[in-house]
Amino acid sequence: MTETLPGAAVPNPLDETAINAAVDQAVAAIAGASTLDELKAVRLAHTGEKSPLSLANRGIGGLPKDQKAAAGKLMGSSRGRVNKALADRTAELEAENDARILVEETVDVTAAPRRRRAGARHPLSTLQDRVADIFVGMGWEIAEGPEVESEWFNFDALNFKPDHPAREMQDTFFVEPPEAHLLMRTHTSPVQVRSMLERELPIYVLCPGKVFRTDELDATHTPVFHQFEGLAIDKKLSMADLRGTLEHFARQMFGDEAQIRLRPNYFPFTEPSAELDIFHPGAKGGPRWIEWGGCGMVNPNVLRAAGIDPDVYSGFAFGMGIERTLMFRNEVADMRDMIEGDVRFSEHFGMEI
Amino acid sequence: MRIPLSWLREFAQIPAGATAEDVMAELVKVGFEEEAVHRPTDALRGPVVVGQVLSLVKEPQTNGKTINWCQVRVVPEGQEQTLTGKGIDPSGVQGIICGAHNFVEGDKVVVTLPGAVLPGDFHISARKTYGHLSAGMIASVRELGIGEDHDGILVLSRIGLDPEIGTDAMELLGLYDQAAEINVTPDRGYAFSIRGVAREYAHATGTVFTDPASKVNAPAVLSGGYGVKINDDAPIYGKPGCDRFVARSVRGVDATRPTPPWMASRLRLAGIRSISLPVDISNYVMLELGQPLHFYDQDKLSGDIVVRRAVAGEKLTTLDGKERSLDPEDLLITDASGPIGVAGVMGGASTEVSDATTAVLIEAAHFEEVSIARSRRRHKLPSEASKRFERGVDWQVANIAAQRAVDLLVELAGGTADEAGTDVGTAPDPVTIALPGEFPAARIGIDFTEEQIVTSLEDLGAVLEKSDAGWTVTAPSWRNDLETKEDLSEEVARLVGYDQIPATLPVAPPGRGLTRVQQQRRRLVQALADAGLTEVLAYPFVSKAANETFGVAEEGAPRTAVKLANPISEEQGYLRTSVLPGLLEVAKRNHSRGFRDLAVFEAGMVFLPGDTLGTPSIPPLGVKPTDEVLDALYDGVPDQPLHVAAVLTGHDSPAAAGHAPRPWDWADALDIARLAGDVLGVELVVTQGRHQAFHPGRAAQLSLRSGEVVGYAGELHPKLLAAHDVPARSVALELNADALFEAAADVVVARHISTFPVATQDVALVVPQDVPADDVLVALREGAGELLEDVALFDVYAGKGIGDGKKSLAFGLRFRATDRTLTADEASEARERAVAAAAERFGAVQR
Repeated sequence: MTETLPGAAVPNPLDETAINAAVDQAVAAIAGASTLDELKAVRLAHTGEKSPLSLANRGIGGLPKDQKAAAGKLMGSSRGRVNKALADRTAELEAENDARILVEETVDVTAAPRRRRAGARHPLSTLQDRVADIFVGMGWEIAEGPEVESEWFNFDALNFKPDHPAREMQDTFFVEPPEAHLLMRTHTSPVQVRSMLERELPIYVLCPGKVFRTDELDATHTPVFHQFEGLAIDKKLSMADLRGTLEHFARQMFGDEAQIRLRPNYFPFTEPSAELDIFHPGAKGGPRWIEWGGCGMVNPNVLRAAGIDPDVYSGFAFGMGIERTLMFRNEVADMRDMIEGDVRFSEHFGMEI
Repeated sequence: MRIPLSWLREFAQIPAGATAEDVMAELVKVGFEEEAVHRPTDALRGPVVVGQVLSLVKEPQTNGKTINWCQVRVVPEGQEQTLTGKGIDPSGVQGIICGAHNFVEGDKVVVTLPGAVLPGDFHISARKTYGHLSAGMIASVRELGIGEDHDGILVLSRIGLDPEIGTDAMELLGLYDQAAEINVTPDRGYAFSIRGVAREYAHATGTVFTDPASKVNAPAVLSGGYGVKINDDAPIYGKPGCDRFVARSVRGVDATRPTPPWMASRLRLAGIRSISLPVDISNYVMLELGQPLHFYDQDKLSGDIVVRRAVAGEKLTTLDGKERSLDPEDLLITDASGPIGVAGVMGGASTEVSDATTAVLIEAAHFEEVSIARSRRRHKLPSEASKRFERGVDWQVANIAAQRAVDLLVELAGGTADEAGTDVGTAPDPVTIALPGEFPAARIGIDFTEEQIVTSLEDLGAVLEKSDAGWTVTAPSWRNDLETKEDLSEEVARLVGYDQIPATLPVAPPGRGLTRVQQQRRRLVQALADAGLTEVLAYPFVSKAANETFGVAEEGAPRTAVKLANPISEEQGYLRTSVLPGLLEVAKRNHSRGFRDLAVFEAGMVFLPGDTLGTPSIPPLGVKPTDEVLDALYDGVPDQPLHVAAVLTGHDSPAAAGHAPRPWDWADALDIARLAGDVLGVELVVTQGRHQAFHPGRAAQLSLRSGEVVGYAGELHPKLLAAHDVPARSVALELNADALFEAAADVVVARHISTFPVATQDVALVVPQDVPADDVLVALREGAGELLEDVALFDVYAGKGIGDGKKSLAFGLRFRATDRTLTADEASEARERAVAAAAERFGAVQR
């Protein structure tokens, strides 16, 4: 790289025309530099030690005293112009350079790999949480209990008479040996009994959990499924309170248009008992009533079994299937999809239902 | 219960043209769920008419069969055929090919004419066959969908019919009738009858009910009939097994007469097979009135009938031909020969009514519910009779039902009734219930008027008497389910209509939200899902072998598990003691469906039986057990902690352009286990583990600071993976989540954050190969003392320059004081103390 301009004469620091010509030449060269490397060469040629302007500047020292000020002023402003041109051009070229690098770094964002697994909750588990949240929001609490249970909590305490056919309505898994009176709970109602025995009155609890019946697995049956049951024990509760609670819950779950319908039915643990239907405006195949669960006023014998005086307290209870709810709410056609553990089923839902 | 509409119409006001669906829509309002519709015309369409075989020519075929070429008159002689259509002969005589041989010229038969459709979507048309144009079909009962017999065609004279030619055979055979099938809940035995359902239909529609019992003229008193003694010396729950036995005799019966089509049709629609006229009559009366009957061949009886409990060792051959060993709790019907029936369940073969029977003894008895239920279960003999008796039969109707059977045997079987009859037993006391006037309103939430209450209960058949506080209600004899004021409230609500119940929202007292454990469980499950794992829910049923592999780790520890008495499959007859077997099944299933890169987890209960399993007896219902009894019930329930487990197979992410997925390895399992601890704020102590389900060198045992072992994580045993058809190198972890929840601190105490500068120092220590890195780390931490803020292992090296059987562990130590800037000397001294501790414990030498 040359440090002098070939053939350039050293101008006189008082010769304004010659100095301006040198400045113009330098500014033109700066403007003509198209890369930072070229600009560096231009800078050395026009501002380096052996450049005409530097040499002219150095010539000030040899001038008579009275001329030094004028020369200094001329040279100062001239060199200032060159330096400014340099700085401006440097900034321009750096910006161009930066932009070019960014352009060169362009990727195809549509080809991005998935580096992290997206996990998923099982929708039954998510739905169970959502139901619980609605009731917790109403001031209720969530009660839980064991899946293998004493026969007394599952049947007798719930007013199933020992030889009554109602006891056979629920095909029960018994634990070996049968004389131990243990079984897999056929509903989450034993948790209601435990709650009544263990909690202070009044009681407002929701009991979600797994239950078991000896059904073979097919599209609509499974030996293991999930329920949530509600229980309220308070003074002066009536069936109107049951209806109001279920209606509120149904609207939280299915929107303000949801309606419920009660039909007479029989359960040993409630009197009166009712079947609960829900009007599902968004049901597949058109709006219709769908059987959702059972409910009723707690049978006084159930209260007595828990040591609660039925002349002072009354209560209501209800129970729905979570699988069934998921089936009609989210259009799951086959029960087997929920229990086989095919990852596509959970992953389709992700964290939401 | 299947209700033929023609039958129901006799006693209830069903609108003309009402369908089974219409009737079910009414009955559902009073609590009978719809089950099904049985309507022959859904599958059978006419023209189906009565025809007479004019001529029959037997034509042997080359295939060895002989067919009949018949001329069948389907319009009375001298009248014109009014039907038109392809294949219908205007002459009124159809030429028909028939392969059956059980009929002759002159027989009247059922002819399905061209245009008819038979069950199975079988369209009848005129077609060429065996060299003739066959224009119709002579039908068998099976082809008409009204029976199983297909040995020959239906010859009408054999079922006692001689209708005019051309008669609509569907009308004749009752095929325009239809039945509504409803579900009867176990409390309503009375609704297993036309009588009961007709009454309910009237309740549902507010129309008039005619009691079929009122149409029967039964003598008020019976005497001088067949000798019957009730002798129950071992009542169950103090209730006599039999409290009424009505016996009536009808002689000169022709048991071979055909059952009239109207009766056969109703029985068929009700789902009961026609067997013989006497049997059909007994079933018909049972369906109409709800009283099961039994008919004996009176000539086969010897001596008085005695109703008593069985004696050990007694045997009886029942009607189905099986010999049954009787239990001393079985209530029997006996005569001088011994047992002749299990009361209310099934009769004996020796006194069965047959075609030869001429004298019928009718039994209409009242048996106690529990006794019948137990015998039925014991002998696995569910019958129409036992179904009704175990739910409760009207005590009052026995005599009426017996009379109805007498009348039908006289009318249809040509019998003559004995004047004399037997009626022994004692009526139970009527059930009276005190109903406070305001109670139904308080219970239901409807402001019932007095009139609504009185009318509803009287419509049911109850008798009301005004009392100071309200009413004294006497329940009807057929409603054994009405015992309490709550029961009566339900009845009032049911009849007024559940749709009248208003909605009020009760306000619960201020709640406490989710419990701590519930919150912890949610956090744990959500954290695993957030970390990229997929939640699944597997069954808890496992094999004995699975429990032995995945259960308790310690050698020789007892591996007990809960066994089911009636599992779905014997192979999976136990309840899980680990969540892993189910997850491995899930992994295998996904693998077989083409998904190799998996990370699945489940949080679920495991079942760990303790020293006591259950209780030898359970307390009665309706009473709070004593604290001791309750404690025993609680203690007998096996421990059921929540476990969380995960299985990882294949790679950590899907392969993609520019991305190389990493195979899961043992450290991932450990990392997820630690994550579980982290989100709960519980430190897990990792030590080299031994568990039969895991790779012997690549398993970590996870413990709490207290020393309690809470789980395992690592690579699964290669042999196990091969056996389960799960990819090699799959890893897993399982933790006792309940133990983690319990170990979490109640309150997290804040730590002072020092803003003084940090001093970092590294140290490399050479230790024997078998010294766990974590133990060295703990030694460093303990040796360094308070100034040590953090220590981390950042490199492990074994090989050249280290020496055989040794490894070099490089740790980074961060020192900081809370009150000053540390000097280099202070940091170095702390480091020397740390190294000294490691040297002392493990012979660690600084490199």
